[in-house]
Amino acid sequence: MSKILIRGAKVLGGEPQDVLIEGSEIAAVGSGLSAEGAEVVEADGKVLLPGLVDLHTHLREPGREDSETVLTGTRAAASGGYTAVFAMANTFPVADTAGVVEQVYRLGQEHGYCDVQPIGAVTVGLEGKKLAELGAMHESAAGVTVFSDDGKCVDDAVIMRRALEYVKAFGGVVAQHAQEPRLTEGAQMNEGVVSAELGLGGWPAVAEESIIARDVLLAEHVGSRVHICHLSTAGSVEIVRWAKSRGIDVTAEVTPHHLLLTDELVRSYNPVYKVNPPLRTERDVMALREALADGTIDIVATDHAPHPHEDKDCEWAAAAMGMVGLETALSVVQQTMVETGLLDWAGVADRMSFKPAGIGRAQGHGRPVSAGEPANLTLVDTAYRGAVDPAGFASRSRNTPYEGRELPGRVTHTWLRGRATLVDGKLA
Amino acid sequence: MQRHLISAADLTRDDAVLILDTAEEMARVADRPIKKLPTLRGRTVVNLFFEDSTRTRISFEAAEKRLSADVINFTAKGSSVSKGESLKDTAQTLEAMGVDAVVIRHGASGAPYRLATSGWIDAAVINAGDGTHQHPTQALLDAFTMRRRLVGRDAGLGQDLAGKRITLVGDILHSRVARSNVDLLHTLGAEVTLVAPPTLVPVGVESWPCEVSYDLDSTLSKSDAVMLLRVQRERMNAAFFPTEREYSRRYGLDGDRMAKMPEHAIVMHPGPMVRGMEITAEVADSERCTAIEQVANGVSIRMAVLYLLLGGNEPAVTHTRTEEK
Repeated sequence: MSKILIRGAKVLGGEPQDVLIEGSEIAAVGSGLSAEGAEVVEADGKVLLPGLVDLHTHLREPGREDSETVLTGTRAAASGGYTAVFAMANTFPVADTAGVVEQVYRLGQEHGYCDVQPIGAVTVGLEGKKLAELGAMHESAAGVTVFSDDGKCVDDAVIMRRALEYVKAFGGVVAQHAQEPRLTEGAQMNEGVVSAELGLGGWPAVAEESIIARDVLLAEHVGSRVHICHLSTAGSVEIVRWAKSRGIDVTAEVTPHHLLLTDELVRSYNPVYKVNPPLRTERDVMALREALADGTIDIVATDHAPHPHEDKDCEWAAAAMGMVGLETALSVVQQTMVETGLLDWAGVADRMSFKPAGIGRAQGHGRPVSAGEPANLTLVDTAYRGAVDPAGFASRSRNTPYEGRELPGRVTHTWLRGRATLVDGKLA
Repeated sequence: MQRHLISAADLTRDDAVLILDTAEEMARVADRPIKKLPTLRGRTVVNLFFEDSTRTRISFEAAEKRLSADVINFTAKGSSVSKGESLKDTAQTLEAMGVDAVVIRHGASGAPYRLATSGWIDAAVINAGDGTHQHPTQALLDAFTMRRRLVGRDAGLGQDLAGKRITLVGDILHSRVARSNVDLLHTLGAEVTLVAPPTLVPVGVESWPCEVSYDLDSTLSKSDAVMLLRVQRERMNAAFFPTEREYSRRYGLDGDRMAKMPEHAIVMHPGPMVRGMEITAEVADSERCTAIEQVANGVSIRMAVLYLLLGGNEPAVTHTRTEEK
């Protein structure tokens, strides 16, 4: 059985310790562990985290393999320190049947860079009209527990209610892309001072907030669990905070880009900043950081949305919405949450591993770094500083808003069940 | 002057006054028997129109031809926004043909900015209207018309519009003319008031350097110029206002309302006018309405802009008179 000794790692940011991996499990955590027979990784004060879990990734396969595939997307995930990703259902064909979700799941297992847990569509073809076979997807080899029409909102209140009720039978959760469709017709960016000036169609905060308000009330009424995707406004935070105080079973995620970037960047008309929901204001960014720190927002999820160059190298209105995020997420969280003092590394482990694994019921992920647990681990050089260079991305796409921007921290090693997927910053 | 003209907000007061003064010189050319200067001889200008606008295209074309530029008209209607390469590819094709300036009209806000800043081409870019963003030469010709009427043709040289009170009425939300005018008129020292139903005022307008009112009648007596903006009938179906009649009653300019304006005040319209809804025939055809003058002034303004961006540093008319000898 292979043995790896990680020597002197700050486990969850604590005092340096040794972590011994044997086979697929953590064998021991302690001081001065014997290196006999083991490959030694000198952590040298780097931070060791449980393998990160992303509840919101677009892998594009099947259908848009020119932007990303399960292979390239999971390589990007491993580069970013992830050991499990949840793949969104808006592929072609849509992941609305057991067949499609099993295919995506199987590709993840074959490639072996990280576990791929498919998300099933809530409605057939993401059309919002008819429930997809949620039970069949749950019972398939993929074992789907999260359902989402992400990219589109389940805007019909009755369909949303039925979905919330139906998935209770197998402990599922509906992840809502909160976007009132009529209020966002022609929307190109956050509605406010900047959109007024630039003459770009506005995406008002209330289009997100009104759906979240409706859905938490629905979840309360039928006693179900609802998850809010990529929450982006200060008002949304208030609604989720209120819902949690009432005991409603709601969880919420924020993306790294909504923790750092604002709609002021749209003044460049550079479509790399075009994303849905749109970049909001400084006030929203600060509210989101506070909410992630105090637990109102449960997790960070990337909304990794790869697009080929030609879909972004054009005028704003014609460009696709979305940004890649798997390979920069932890750096952005370090800058916005850790270096601002809002979260410690244990808090990061909670928001980027323990909690997302819990919401998605990911088996073997989001576990403590202790003996007997699966060896899904990430080692981070938090002292590193460097400019983001998309040329080095493992993702097939390069649509990052951080090109040339200096971000802290770098994932140097990732282990999936004891097998290294990333070594010294290079994919294994 | 900068190399491109993308937004009225990019112009300083001195840039704007220089353009207006140069346009006065250009206007004199129109009074000559041969309305042509050799200033841009050997230069190639492309009118790249992704969106229909016969009026604006003809105005630019007339300006380019009066300056002796070689003119290429490229109409790409329909191929515009469906796939973005069309803009980049088209631009690079024109660049390869040695174009010196691109006059671009595009349905997408920001398309001229992308063209000027993405490194796709080296030519000067002149925005002839982009989406609901900007239409800077329209704002310049409006300011030119105001200066002539409110300050004076000769007295206006070197002057801005300090203290003039300008009211813009109509669909502010979807109007690039409104955005350009607010920026330029503010730069030139005028006080601007926007008047519209609240549905046609953008969220975020509070950051603009102007006042906003929902009541036309209360602003008329305080206006040196009232500019009506085009209201598309389709807006009614999208519930921006209940009926054409109601819009007309509250925001249309008729003879009674015009009578409330100071005697010297003018009525402006960028055209085409929707008679009966925005403006009654009585007002449109009155001496005080400058709509036709605005069209004529548009050619002078566009000559001035093309000359200043492409022609060199010497004053336009001195330069050309030398060549005429």
